[in-house]
Amino acid sequence: MAEKIPVTDNVLLDVRGLKKYFPITSGLLRRVTGYVKAVDDVTFFVREGETLGLVGESGCGKTTASRTVIRLYEATAGEAFFRTDLFSTDGKVEMVNLFDLDKEQIKKVRRQISMIFQDPINSLNPRMSVFDIVSEPMVIHGLRKGPEMEETVVSLLERVGLRKEHIRRYPHEFSGGQRQRIGIARALSLNPRIIFCDEPVSALDVSIQAQTLNLLQDLQSDFNLSYIFVAHDLSVVQHISDRVAVMYVGKIAEMAGSDALYNNPLHPYTEALMSAVPKPDPKYESERIIMQGDVADPSNPPSGCYFHPRCRYATDICRTATPEFRELKPDHFVACHRAEELQLKGV
Amino acid sequence: MAEPLLEIKDVHVEFEVRDGIVHAVDGVSYTVNRGETIGIIGESGCGKSVTAKAAMQMLPKPGKVSQGEIIYHRRSKFDPSKPQEVVNITQLDPDGELIRHIRGGEFAMIFQEPMSSLTPVYTTGTLIGEALALHRWVPVTVGEQMSNKIMQYRHVTKEESREIAIEMLQKVGIPKPHERVDAYPHQLSGGQRQRVMIAIALSCEPFMLIADEPTTALDVSIEAQILDLMRELQQSVEMSIMFITHNLGVVAEMAKEIVVMYMGKQVEKADTVKVFYEPKHPYTRALLQSIPKVGRRTSERLASIKGMVPDPFHLPSGCVFHPRCPSFMPGKCDVIKPKYIEVEPDHWVRCLLYEDV
Repeated sequence: MAEKIPVTDNVLLDVRGLKKYFPITSGLLRRVTGYVKAVDDVTFFVREGETLGLVGESGCGKTTASRTVIRLYEATAGEAFFRTDLFSTDGKVEMVNLFDLDKEQIKKVRRQISMIFQDPINSLNPRMSVFDIVSEPMVIHGLRKGPEMEETVVSLLERVGLRKEHIRRYPHEFSGGQRQRIGIARALSLNPRIIFCDEPVSALDVSIQAQTLNLLQDLQSDFNLSYIFVAHDLSVVQHISDRVAVMYVGKIAEMAGSDALYNNPLHPYTEALMSAVPKPDPKYESERIIMQGDVADPSNPPSGCYFHPRCRYATDICRTATPEFRELKPDHFVACHRAEELQLKGV
Repeated sequence: MAEPLLEIKDVHVEFEVRDGIVHAVDGVSYTVNRGETIGIIGESGCGKSVTAKAAMQMLPKPGKVSQGEIIYHRRSKFDPSKPQEVVNITQLDPDGELIRHIRGGEFAMIFQEPMSSLTPVYTTGTLIGEALALHRWVPVTVGEQMSNKIMQYRHVTKEESREIAIEMLQKVGIPKPHERVDAYPHQLSGGQRQRVMIAIALSCEPFMLIADEPTTALDVSIEAQILDLMRELQQSVEMSIMFITHNLGVVAEMAKEIVVMYMGKQVEKADTVKVFYEPKHPYTRALLQSIPKVGRRTSERLASIKGMVPDPFHLPSGCVFHPRCPSFMPGKCDVIKPKYIEVEPDHWVRCLLYEDV
């Protein structure tokens, strides 16, 4: 049975020391010759009804981290406590470690955790009608049947801004923004508590992106949803998130409230990322920090702090010791040796 | 000072398909000046890429330019002092010799997806070499007449092409170019592939670079590197850039002048600062308001543009933007087609708000 820990204030999901290593095999016998440390000791939490943004360059482990938490991948190490009342006999909420659950239990938990995918074209089965797509989770979990299910699907579609007559159509008949709405309706179909949004707006046009972000915010306040919002567009993440975690090569570099993080970053990587965002203002003149080189290889990361080869503040300690992820200010976590002394610029 | 390189004059592009005719580009006019960057912005399907393809005379079938002309002021690559030739690109045979010299040699293009626009079976050296073999010429002195040298041009040899490929890879900032020249696209990261694309495009020293969403698939840090690289290279060789994107932040940094397109129509054209600070067209205004601005977290909701981009077969009457427009004037906007007028010097708008009707 699941391990239990005391329920802390309003934390919905508490991930501690999460690791996900993918083995690299070679030779005829497929011997393991190394590991890609896709997610390496990541700790974060999400409160009820809030949005945690997860940003970082591609390949930094944002998607892997979120997929590991919901057990689409099996974690190598770590814990993920989820607050739920599904397994208690007396109806009390408790913190359940998702990684201890067996197959039956995890299926049950998945009613409360759902996902929206990046690519609205490939994440919908072209041979299923909108009704089939949106009702499939309910069929799998045996929750509703017949006319009742149809009613639920219609109300979900209307909630996300589609019409009743769309129910018999197929994905190819919709535009990108509408397809993403179908994906959102599907994610909502089981009344989840938390939704993992993996780049939900990056494939959409600017005007449709704004509509979709507004829809996600409305749904959040209506259903008291929590989001883990994975994206690489920093301005979108700042707009929608209450708190933001910045990832770099499998580790979280900094995590803080979104205004604190954007205006007063404590990690040099955050500073460099912020300065690289193109500002939609032709008169904006800023000193842009160009990070040299590419993102470190997670199968062969540099010594010490993974960011040191690209960091302009790196000193000897950065090359040798791994910085600890610590709470420097209230609710502002950072993993940098020099966080106290550096004066970094935000946007 | 501003010397035109490419003049696009009232171009219309049609696609005749089974369900009818799609007017993908419907009266677009702008001029690309030598050494300057022009930004073309708009949502997907607004015709920004089709216009660029028309400029290269490589419209996909069944597209054709039904009206208008694209004038290219052609300067000799070998002898800049020679008088300019005026070429109407729309009149050229798409498979003809001249356009094949222009395409790749004089106008180069960078595509959006670095993942799928490089052939996976060739090394970067071969990919760059292919462009070089077609378009790069090496001067050879064949004799002397008084003080004038008689020059001829020959194609590059294999060894030279490899040398140039390595030099180009180094120029675009790929580490270890001597090794990377033998790398296949799958061995490179997304940012590196886009750099290879740029290296191919720039290896033949083009006069104009058409960059079709060159950084959309990349991370911000790589995007910053690529934009810096493009600006640097632009300064070193006097090259024009046609920058097609939907990212307003990128265009604000790169472009001198901006063209805003909606449903094949050019709705606004002005200097970059004017477009951002005094946008005239309601669509431009709405676009600017609908993007979240980094560092400024003010309102809780974004001002989105209501509705969707209309179906190209059933375009709205009058102004095509009227069903989504916040300043919609009933009885006018849905009846009268707005004209493209100059409201201020060099500030063009297609909107009835600025017409007396």
